[in-house]
Amino acid sequence: MGVPFEWPAGGTKQEKQGCTMKKTLLSLLAMAAMSTTALSADVKPALVYGTGGKFDKSFNEAAYTGAEKFKKETGIEFRDFEPTSDTQGEQAIRNFASRGYNPVVAVSFAWTSAMEKVAAEFPDTKFAIVDASVDLKNVRSVLYKEEEGSYLVGVMAGMASKTGKVGFIGGMDIPLIRKFGCGYVQGVKAAKPDAQVFQNMTGTTGAAWNDPVRGGELTKNQIDQGADVVYAAAGATGLGVLQTAADNKKLSIGVDSNQNFLHPGSVLTSMVKRVDLAVYNAFMDVKNDKFTAGVQSLGIKEDGVAAAVDDNNKSLITPEIQAAVDKAKADIMSGSVKVHDYMTDNSCPK
Amino acid sequence: MDYFDILISILGSAIRLSIPLLFTALAGLFSERAGIFDIGLEGKMLASAFAAACVAHLTADPWLGLLAGILVSIAVSLIHGFASITNRGNQIVSGVALNFVAAGLTVVLGQAWFGQGGRTPQVPTEGRFSSIILPGADAVRGVPFIGPLYANVISGNNILTYIAFLMVPLSWWVLYRTRFGLRLRAVGENPGAVDTAGISVTWLRYRALIVTGFLAGFAGTYLSIAQSAAFISNMSAGKGYIALAALIFAKWKPVPVMFACLLFGFLDAFANFMQGKSVPLIGEVPVQIFQALPYILTCILLAGFIGIARPPKAGGVPYTKER
Repeated sequence: MGVPFEWPAGGTKQEKQGCTMKKTLLSLLAMAAMSTTALSADVKPALVYGTGGKFDKSFNEAAYTGAEKFKKETGIEFRDFEPTSDTQGEQAIRNFASRGYNPVVAVSFAWTSAMEKVAAEFPDTKFAIVDASVDLKNVRSVLYKEEEGSYLVGVMAGMASKTGKVGFIGGMDIPLIRKFGCGYVQGVKAAKPDAQVFQNMTGTTGAAWNDPVRGGELTKNQIDQGADVVYAAAGATGLGVLQTAADNKKLSIGVDSNQNFLHPGSVLTSMVKRVDLAVYNAFMDVKNDKFTAGVQSLGIKEDGVAAAVDDNNKSLITPEIQAAVDKAKADIMSGSVKVHDYMTDNSCPK
Repeated sequence: MDYFDILISILGSAIRLSIPLLFTALAGLFSERAGIFDIGLEGKMLASAFAAACVAHLTADPWLGLLAGILVSIAVSLIHGFASITNRGNQIVSGVALNFVAAGLTVVLGQAWFGQGGRTPQVPTEGRFSSIILPGADAVRGVPFIGPLYANVISGNNILTYIAFLMVPLSWWVLYRTRFGLRLRAVGENPGAVDTAGISVTWLRYRALIVTGFLAGFAGTYLSIAQSAAFISNMSAGKGYIALAALIFAKWKPVPVMFACLLFGFLDAFANFMQGKSVPLIGEVPVQIFQALPYILTCILLAGFIGIARPPKAGGVPYTKER
């Protein structure tokens, strides 16, 4: 059951040959090591990405980073799968579960119904899903308060904009992405009440996460209309947005992973969504036998979302912007500012 | 922002969006006029986009990238030729198969070489075709009407854009004013007659496919290292098919092909612009309507409402020498 094979094999081999004290001692040591790992070795983690591809430098890559961190710290290998179409998710999750993988973590709202089906079939396996909520006893649902993180970067965009016009480019037109846009608009208006926000969605199918050419064209369009900061919440499509903004010497805002390094000096900040934490915690909790099912909602307070500042964008963040962000953060944490969540009523306050 | 600025912005966007269509449609023009249906334009575009991005990433030289894109595209074209000319296979089947091969192989190779999920690494700025500011663009910007049009629509594109528009008269000249062009058109209408005149149908069709590969190579290169800065899996996103629609819409003639591509590019740009904006009296119009328009227009044309689209007579029929 998931015990690394090298240990018992090494032990028995040495027992067969075991005549000298040294070897017996060695095998004893091996046995001891084996028994300690056996206690917590009931973990055989698997990860299913969203359709944007593992190295999208954004959402999926954050999940991968979390899994890699787990691997580095514990030495336990994980298996992962990159579905290329919406139909492959269920197959992948079921495959992992039936082969005894535990926990099985799926990132992306697209696997909601797949998760509902498969998790019910394997009640003894622990599952986790990111960006969707599945109400089953063995599923942990991790949701993020994207509106709070987007509010923060919105404040920064509003402060950094010289024209008073900023843009938002979403990937697929779904409520989750509108939630990003809605939080962003609220942040921009908080910093600059008369600011204008252009909003575009790349498409209505899964292909919208992977269309940097259209993303770039939409960005150019917004820049032509006067926008000088563009926020992309669009997976790999966002790479085109950031590229076009950099080409036109405008500012952009990355999403999910820290994308500041992609175009230093042009990416104002990134709305970091700690998907890596969700994956890491799910793996770790199963390993330590501390897994809990139910909904986890991670906001600014829980460090689930943040606006990234590092060496690549330090020069863009003026003290005024930093002060405004810190204030917004404190206000949200204390509850004096309540960012509206688009998904609660499918509308955004004007 | 007044209406004129909006128009200028949309026109600029339309030019950028129509260039890959224009190259691809001209590519299709040569093969279809020679009697080889080429549904595999999409695949050629993808393969060349991938090759161009790889080489431009490694050498930081856009021209070497272009060369690689063209060579790979010609290679794909020749495979199509081998299947459908030499072995007289079904041209549609061969084209569709090559599309699948290109879509799959680019991702597999990209993953094997770069390990970024089928994506190539970012191409450095000096490895891309950057925009060229034409002389006097800044000087005339202030001139009403013509100034912004010159500065924002005509100037400021990359070199491939200008090459694309040069290809239109060049294609016309080759097709209608050279011996090669005359024979090429003849082989698409009546290969038997060409054969009787002692000209090799096979060699002529192969040459047409090489031209097709050459032009499609520009389209792919434009996508990956001029318009964006990396290859991304399936980045052609159906442009090969829209180009095919443009070719049919333009009744297989070079200059109308240009206008069809510009029209389709304009519709795309307009759709991008109209997103989320409401039209007086009607309200918000779903952008999908504009995105579907190229296909709808082509259907209307094929149904015979805008004149008659008559494909080359021998198109799709493998030529068998009588004995």
